[in-house]
Parts: sequence; structure tokens; C-alpha cells
Amino acid sequence: MNVVETHRLGKSYGRTWALRDCTLAIPAGHVTALVGPNGAGKTTLLNLVVGLAVPTEGEVAVLGGRAAGSPAALDGIAFVAQDTPLYRSLTADDLLHMTRNLNRHFDRSYARGRLTELGIPLRRRAAKLSGGQQAQLALTLALARHPRLLVLDEPMAMLDPLARHDFIAMVMTAVADDGVSVVFSSHVLTELERVADHLILLSGGRVQVAGEVDDLLASHRVLTGPTAEIDRYVDRLDIVHARRGAAQANLLVRTSATTDAAPPGWRAHPVGLEELALAYLREPGAAALPGPTRGDNIEPLGVTP
Amino acid sequence: MQIEKENSGTTGDGQAAAVSPIDFRLDPSSGVPTYLQLVQQVEHALRLGYLMPGDQLPKIRDVVASLAINPNTVFKAYRELETKGLAAGRPGQGTFVRATLSQVALPELTKLRRTLLGWLTTADKAGLDEDGVIALFNSVMRDFRESRATSGRGRGSGSDREGVA
Repeated sequence: MNVVETHRLGKSYGRTWALRDCTLAIPAGHVTALVGPNGAGKTTLLNLVVGLAVPTEGEVAVLGGRAAGSPAALDGIAFVAQDTPLYRSLTADDLLHMTRNLNRHFDRSYARGRLTELGIPLRRRAAKLSGGQQAQLALTLALARHPRLLVLDEPMAMLDPLARHDFIAMVMTAVADDGVSVVFSSHVLTELERVADHLILLSGGRVQVAGEVDDLLASHRVLTGPTAEIDRYVDRLDIVHARRGAAQANLLVRTSATTDAAPPGWRAHPVGLEELALAYLREPGAAALPGPTRGDNIEPLGVTP
Repeated sequence: MQIEKENSGTTGDGQAAAVSPIDFRLDPSSGVPTYLQLVQQVEHALRLGYLMPGDQLPKIRDVVASLAINPNTVFKAYRELETKGLAAGRPGQGTFVRATLSQVALPELTKLRRTLLGWLTTADKAGLDEDGVIALFNSVMRDFRESRATSGRGRGSGSDREGVA
């Protein structure tokens, strides 16, 4: 099952396209990182997925074909928006009460237990909590609904390293316990490899890279060799990004059955996720998308309203 | 690489956590994929006798909570250890060590450690720094391996796995 499927999805604000021609499928059971520079369309895509925005063109479905924003979809999705908004004058306990009354499913004992464990006082107003505690409270409210898909928009941008670690640990524990699928946007590339097993890279409103992290890492290499020889191999190698020193150059290449071997005198190194993402971000023209064999699950949507 | 002997695996949900003799750590700057770091740390602990057949590996949930990593990464590491025949999953209980990688008994290991420590002290007095020691060790190791290969003698170069429980 795919927790998110889009087909030629687009959203324009006035004459500006925030997202264009976005076709992708996110399978269940993954922690998916949505990466891209500011203005790439990350928040727009997430808002379309959770039903806070309506597509200008194309389709979006969630949780195996449910129309985004439909009651059936909303039941299974929890969303924590950018900067983890809370009603600041309400106490943690008030917020629990409110969230329980606004949702069909809410596990109050889970929420209370979590907050006690985290040392968040139930009587304190949200405004008086630290940034890390506010993020943890928002996440607790989301997880207490036991969603099948958890969507997080820049969840860690405002957190210090310790709060970030605790926040990630809490999300990952929910993945281990409940098997919840997670889609989160981020422009922080470090730590990505520890957290995400699926990557979507957006750039200029379009999908540039999509796939499982293991597959992406296995199909890319960094080749190190003499700068003078690059031109000789340009046609043979599938170069994503080249960093040229005066004498030595590093090439990030896509490997395949035909372009596998490193040229004589060159050394091939495995690539890390951060390095790979950076290379693509520097080359908005390059793309690594699932080939035709893997695209069969993204063509027709069959949305049930 | 270090293996901490103490266990920090408290689950926090009231039930007594099964204690594993080891605790994982991650080195983000190593460039080694996360799952492989976990595999290597288990192998390291097996080699040094910190882990013995029958011992439980840290529960996936505990590893996830303490390192803030994707549970699939831990699954993958444990699956790799199972494929290598070093560990086995028991449904509902966790993953347990099946085999050992240590080639010598613990007292002998202690003795070897002591002689090595003595040698290191001599090297230090002679003015060799850490990088120098490592370079010298690697070079001598290579010579040793080559001489052993030509004389056709020696052991331990093939399968270093023994004692499947």
C-alpha cells in the first residue's frame, strides 16, 4: 500500500506554481524525508497531502487511495505543522481535552503517560513551555490519535540538539511500536541517514530524486581521479555533479550495468546520503527517479472519494 | 570503537527490561552506514568475549529510543547478523547470540592484552606516537600474513567462526 500517491499534482498561488507536475508514490512502513531548498514546494506538498490545500491540477490520494482531505483520510493522518503551533494560552491538559473532543480516536492514557514520562507539567500553559517541550507536546497530541501516517513539516528546525534527539527518538519509537508511516520535511541534511529510509528531493516545485535510501546509495558512487581526464569520460559516465580541483576531481556518478566500472586510474568510493542530496541540490537539472519498472505503481490512481 | 559494558536500556513503560550485555553507539563522522556500525559493534563484542551465545542483543525499541534511529536500520543490522549465523530471532522475545567469534578463551585474552600493553609502553618510551604504532602494527601484520601464506602454516586466516551454539 502507498501512504501517499500523487499524479501530475500541481498547486499555483496566483501566477506562481508552488508545485508542478509532481508524480510520486510513498510506500507504507517507511520514514520518508522530503528534502529541498526553501521554496521548493515541500510545505505545499505536505499541505496537499493532509488536505489543508486543494490541488490546482492533478490528483493526490493517501492511505491506499483515499482522497486527501476526506473524512476517511483525516481519520488516519496526524499532522504537525511548521513551528508546532499550539493554543498558547491553554494548558497541556486543556489541549489534551480539546484534541480528544475534536477527534474520533484519541488515546488519553497514552498522551498523559507520555507527558508524565517527558516531565511536561499538565497544568502549565503551552506558552510557558520550552521550545523542545512544545514540540514534544504537539507530537504527543498527534501520536495519541494512533495515526497510520504521521506528517511533520520541518519538525526540528527550531530545536536544540538535545531536544532534536529526543524528538526523533519519540517519532522512531512510535514507528517501532505502532508501525506508523512517517513523512517529514527538512532542510537539515545531517542526521538524515539515521532517520530516513526513503528520500524525496524537491527542487523548484518538481520531484528531482525519489527512492529508497539503500537503492539510491547503492546506485551512486564518487569517483576520484585526474581532472584532465574528465572530458574523456563525460559520455561514458552518468555524472550528476563534478567537483574539479586543479589536478584532482571528484565526480558523483550514477552507476548502472553499463557504466559500472571506474576508469583506469580512478578510485570509486561509496557515497553518503548527505553528499548525495547536496550533489543533486547543486544540479537542479539532474534527476534520479524510479525507472519504468518501478513506476507501475504510480500510474493510475483510482481515487475513492 | 568501544563497547560500553553498562546497559542503559530502560524502556520506561514499567516492565523490567531484558538486559543486554552491550550498548550501541554511533559515530556519524565514520562514513560507515548506520546498520553496518551496529553489525560491527556486535562482531567486535563477540570477538572480545563481551557477548556469548545465549546473550540477548539490545531490544530494537531500546536501540531506537536511545540512539534516535530508524527501527528499520536496527532490523537490517539484526537480519545481517542472522544471515551471518551469529544471531537468531526468537518470536516475541528478541534477538539472541547464536555463535561466538572469539578464538581464544578470556584468561588467555587477558594475558595477550597485558603483553601488548607492555609493548606499547616500550614503544611510547621509544618516542612512537599513536599513528606510528598503528602504521608499524599494520606493516608487521602484513609481513606476518605474507610469511604465513608462503610457509603454508598458520591458522585463523580462513573462517574465524567457531562454536555455533
